[in-house]
Amino acid sequence: MFNSDISIYLLPLKFFLLSCSMFLARARLCTLGSRPKFLKTICASKILGLSTSAKMSLKFKNAKRIEGLDSNVWIEFTKLAADPSVVNLGQGLPDISPPVYVKEELSKIAAIDSLNQYTRGFGHPSLVKALSCLYEKFYQNQINPNKEILVTVGAYGSLFNAIQGLIDEGDEVIVIVPFYDCYEPMVRMAGAIPVFIPLRSKLVDGKKWSSSDWTLDPQELASKFNSKTKAIILNTPHNPLGKVYTKEELQVIADLCIKYDTLCISDEVYEWLVYTGNKHFKIATFPGMWERTITIGSAGKTFSVTGWKLGWSIGPKHLIKHLQTVQQNTVYTCATPLQEALAQALWIDIKRMDDPECYFNSLPKELEVKRNRMVHLLESVGLKPIVPDGGYFIIADVSLLDTDLSDMKNSNEPYDYKFVKWMTKNKKLSAIPVSAFCNAETKLQFEKFVRFCFIKKDSTLDAAEEIIKAWSRQKF
Amino acid sequence: MTKQLQARRLNGIDHNPWVEFVKLASEADVVNLGQGFPDFAPPDFAVEAFQHAVSGDFMLNQYTKAFGYPPLTKILASFFGKLLGQDMDPLKNVLVTVGAYGALFTAFQALVDEGDEVIIIEPFFDCYEPMTLMAGGRPVFVSLKLSPNQDRELDSSSNWQLDPTELASKFTSRTKALILNTPNNPLGKVFSRAELELVASLCQQHDVVCITDEVYQWLVYDGCQHVSIATLPGMWERTLTIGSAGKTFSATGWKVGWVLGPESLLKHLRTVHQNSIFHCPTQAQAAVAQSFEREQLHFGQPSSYFVQLPQAIQRCRDHMIQSLKSVGLRPVIPQGSYFLITDISEFKSKMPNLPGAADEPYDRRFVKWMIKNKGLMAIPVSIFYSVPHQKLFDHYIRFCFMKDESTLQAMDKKLQKWKDDLRP
Repeated sequence: MFNSDISIYLLPLKFFLLSCSMFLARARLCTLGSRPKFLKTICASKILGLSTSAKMSLKFKNAKRIEGLDSNVWIEFTKLAADPSVVNLGQGLPDISPPVYVKEELSKIAAIDSLNQYTRGFGHPSLVKALSCLYEKFYQNQINPNKEILVTVGAYGSLFNAIQGLIDEGDEVIVIVPFYDCYEPMVRMAGAIPVFIPLRSKLVDGKKWSSSDWTLDPQELASKFNSKTKAIILNTPHNPLGKVYTKEELQVIADLCIKYDTLCISDEVYEWLVYTGNKHFKIATFPGMWERTITIGSAGKTFSVTGWKLGWSIGPKHLIKHLQTVQQNTVYTCATPLQEALAQALWIDIKRMDDPECYFNSLPKELEVKRNRMVHLLESVGLKPIVPDGGYFIIADVSLLDTDLSDMKNSNEPYDYKFVKWMTKNKKLSAIPVSAFCNAETKLQFEKFVRFCFIKKDSTLDAAEEIIKAWSRQKF
Repeated sequence: MTKQLQARRLNGIDHNPWVEFVKLASEADVVNLGQGFPDFAPPDFAVEAFQHAVSGDFMLNQYTKAFGYPPLTKILASFFGKLLGQDMDPLKNVLVTVGAYGALFTAFQALVDEGDEVIIIEPFFDCYEPMTLMAGGRPVFVSLKLSPNQDRELDSSSNWQLDPTELASKFTSRTKALILNTPNNPLGKVFSRAELELVASLCQQHDVVCITDEVYQWLVYDGCQHVSIATLPGMWERTLTIGSAGKTFSATGWKVGWVLGPESLLKHLRTVHQNSIFHCPTQAQAAVAQSFEREQLHFGQPSSYFVQLPQAIQRCRDHMIQSLKSVGLRPVIPQGSYFLITDISEFKSKMPNLPGAADEPYDRRFVKWMIKNKGLMAIPVSIFYSVPHQKLFDHYIRFCFMKDESTLQAMDKKLQKWKDDLRP
């Protein structure tokens, strides 16, 4: 009874409070205390008798497609490594400068007015032309720049467009473990079922452990294919292992794709980063594969400009057109000046493909030295590295260190998560746990591995070396 | 492949009308008043900001924070916090996207489920419908209707209104969201506070999310006020406010947009974002941040771009209106945005049989005829209507007046020739 008296009393105040809150909203307050919000809350939920917060939270639930996809390893670990005193060998981000001519092209373009407005949605004309020219060198067929190439927001965007465009609810998609972490959530967001198959290592005595020792068992792989298999996602050179699939290995995959009429989404962002004794093969060039393959590339990884967020998909027009449909309903077009700068940078290197100065040749040379340095460093402190044949990551088995991680909270986390957090906190060196690249069932298989990124300037690697040397001195 | 190759979510959304018209514009010698982008430069301070971003710290060539370059989310939170009357946290209440287009996509994917209804006010920026469909949603259309002036004066976009009863009837228990666009593309309508209160009360009554596309918020004329529905009581907690650097700073090619809203909604958009593109390009974000910092210092003053731009563009609008009238076209005076629509009914009655496909709406045939014969390009307004309503609204075409003086003069030349052709 008391309450109803109050509410009657408060009713005339309703309009006063409403107009107060609207006035306060309109008057652009420099400091906002909690008063306006408090008034609004009263108005909205109590006096006007509108939706209760319980009802509201039901309706405002996320769409089913993103259920369970909210966590992300990078968000967690980049926060950890953000401490400037930590030597960050975690995220795959170069701290070296991009090549001078790449920066110069972008600077020049920033002065050209016409490039500040929208360009062609499926890719800036001069860029798709440059990409077509570059990649025609590797394919037997000509590549139509308008119908067989799509420029996307990073290779990440190409993966998204390919999966959204071609993968349906209920489809199965084969994912090789370890995998770049977005493959699983993207497949799930499309309502499809990821079917996992791990790379398995054979131990070879008397020889350094190499990424080439990690292979797919052909029979196991064949058992994963069935009539519901829509696609297989391939990543070569591979993140995090650094494996560069051989011609024979790719042929096994190609044969299965053709037998089961399956698509192949081939993530080749590290295609230029292949070390001595290895060669990158494009599965799309194998017989019967062009018509069923989307090959993805990245400006960020090609020119060490991850912040430009430009990638591309190359494939037959009957597949690319569906990625283009996704594009016109998602971002529509990518940034113009960056695309033009990328086109100019590509032309510079296209003209000198055999020159050691060409970035496609000079970067892997530079990185091979860093790779070798990392291998040596990791070995010196008792970590067992797997020498990568390509890419800019190296993983190492940390179990021999037998580090005491008992003071790390969250005992449900895999070993490598705890190890990385311990190492970041106590050694000021960050890395990424390899189980982050595994699905729930396979995490245990890879929980003793940690991934280091070596596309870092010498001073960063020097700092890592200092830490590692001190660490090894502590042990012995 | 025995079953369909492409995913079913693409059904019905593969066709895009722009592709055809953009191609046509590039082919002929036309004055392009079709597609909505400025043909003049962004302001000097914005150009300088971009130049600074690309020639400064080389680490700006690398990834930034996924949900937005920190100086940008910081300035957006502070700048819009004041405008929206909210204490905004850059990490919780702001998400940077690839254009406002990307923001719209992220919002639909985050919140619209199979079978959810989304209310779309016609005429609508054409992507709202396919984005709803791609998310498995069901678009429910409600048209703005013209209550024409009784005298012979030109109509204003304010004469286009929603019928409150009709709007209310569109809300059902399955309505998940309503998408609002103010200032509106293509009409140029600026929803009044009273009109927004109507929408707001229905959203609250039916517990619906309001996605508000406010990309043209600074382009309002004749002293009209842009009102953000998120500032109305009870609306902040259920509104996603979308903005665009491209439209704000006349740099559409930078493709930087943002969504502002409560954490309870934004967290779902972040999930979509991290599983679709993850990061937006760093340098363009840095340029936008610096540009907003500059505007914050000049806010409300004559030197503010947000003051100067609408003043300059209003002149373009008025020039275009006068010119179009001279050939018997009847433009609707827009209160905002960079578009106006023009009634072509007289032409429809005088030349009803223009070449085109079997049931191609008249306005599309007219535009093609105009491109070919009069050297002028516009966009047929039926593109902005749902298929069942296209035949009802096939007598309008949309012109963009966000153009340089020289373009408007080129337009005048074409219109003069047209006028001459009309003389007996």
